[in-house]
Amino acid sequence: MLALYVPRASLLHRTPAGVKLLVLVVLGAVVFTVPTLPVAAGALAGVVLLGLLAGRLPAAVLVRQARAVAVWVVAIVAFHAVATDVLTGVTTGVRLLALVLAAAVVTATTRVTALVAVVEKVCAPLRLVGVRPARIGLAVAMALRFIPLVAERADRIREAQAARGGRVRGPRALVLLVVPLLVSVLQLAHTVGEALDARGADTA
Amino acid sequence: MRRRRASAPAPEPDPTQGIELRGVGHVYGERTVLRDVDLQLTEHRVGVVGANGSGKSTFARLLNGLVVPTSGRVLVDGLDTATHAREVRRRVGFVFQDPDAQIVHPTVAEDVGYGLENQGVPADERAERVAEVLARYGLAEHADHPAHLLSGGQKQLLAVAGVLVMRPARIVLDEPTTLLDLVNTRRIAELVAGLDQSVVVVTHHLDLLAGFDRVLVVDGGRVVADDRPAPAVAAYRALMADR
Repeated sequence: MLALYVPRASLLHRTPAGVKLLVLVVLGAVVFTVPTLPVAAGALAGVVLLGLLAGRLPAAVLVRQARAVAVWVVAIVAFHAVATDVLTGVTTGVRLLALVLAAAVVTATTRVTALVAVVEKVCAPLRLVGVRPARIGLAVAMALRFIPLVAERADRIREAQAARGGRVRGPRALVLLVVPLLVSVLQLAHTVGEALDARGADTA
Repeated sequence: MRRRRASAPAPEPDPTQGIELRGVGHVYGERTVLRDVDLQLTEHRVGVVGANGSGKSTFARLLNGLVVPTSGRVLVDGLDTATHAREVRRRVGFVFQDPDAQIVHPTVAEDVGYGLENQGVPADERAERVAEVLARYGLAEHADHPAHLLSGGQKQLLAVAGVLVMRPARIVLDEPTTLLDLVNTRRIAELVAGLDQSVVVVTHHLDLLAGFDRVLVVDGGRVVADDRPAPAVAAYRALMADR
């Protein structure tokens, strides 16, 4: 579901997190300011090669990530095929795929603590307006930690509903999922808050 | 203008005083969950048993200041949990029933290091202590693994490791084995038995209490029995048999 850190001894793993994030930002800017197919395709090929060779990542990591956005890529191409033309659609789809995979390569080769340290450094000037960078960093780390957990809880609710003969697809099933999931997540949030306190987080 | 109340400087903690509850009561809204609790816990191993909803989880949370009593005072080694919450939490580690709620970082090693970071331990010492704790609890090979891929038993070990790495003077465990199978329950029981720290364990697993010094039975928000494990557990069984 989420391409998390994949421990390897590689060049990309050793590259400082700040550099990788900067490259990601520059790549995003380039791909969007020069909206042509060769640039988008080049970016995609570059990202895949970098991830596989310089990052020594298993191809499965990238495939899994690509599959997660496949629906959107197809939807975008279809939309453009109707609204504008197929070429624009393909360019946009490849662009999206390149950026998603680039982000996946960065997350898979960078420890969250290193990412968080960069986020905290970038947010340091916000201290002047009373924001604590350490808190932003913690929020980022916790988001990464809890996304798979919330997904797991959603699966468990779906299973429970299916076990009692409920529908698991369609808009009605979604509504029936959201309410118990929200309750479960709010309860979880309460205990997590206590745990942060118990482990000495600065929540004053 | 509202002013923040300046808390008094923390007095030097006195470990011989143990955990003391003086006339403690707690109310959530209109529901009274604890009333008139007067206790001094100085034993090395204290167990707490009680039915669901008896108030034992609130009792556990009082002991490290996660919950401040609505009446009375809780003193940990002489420190009042209402006024010295920070010092109290440093002294008393807390393990929750559901490890998923207390693992806050994506990977194992990062999560164990979290409490140390809060204590301001420098990075190299942090790495050393994390590695040492992970090795001691058989999690070393999982150091860089995502926490959500661990088994239930491993997650609970990770949660305990994340607390022990902070070297608290006392540890409170709230139903640490409720979600675990027999093997992992035994593993946690052995781990608890081997700790140097004073321990308070809230549990439904009565076997866990065998070697304990003292067991409290909580019912309807009161401590209704307070004894050695065998007579206390017998009293608890008798109490439940009447329901």
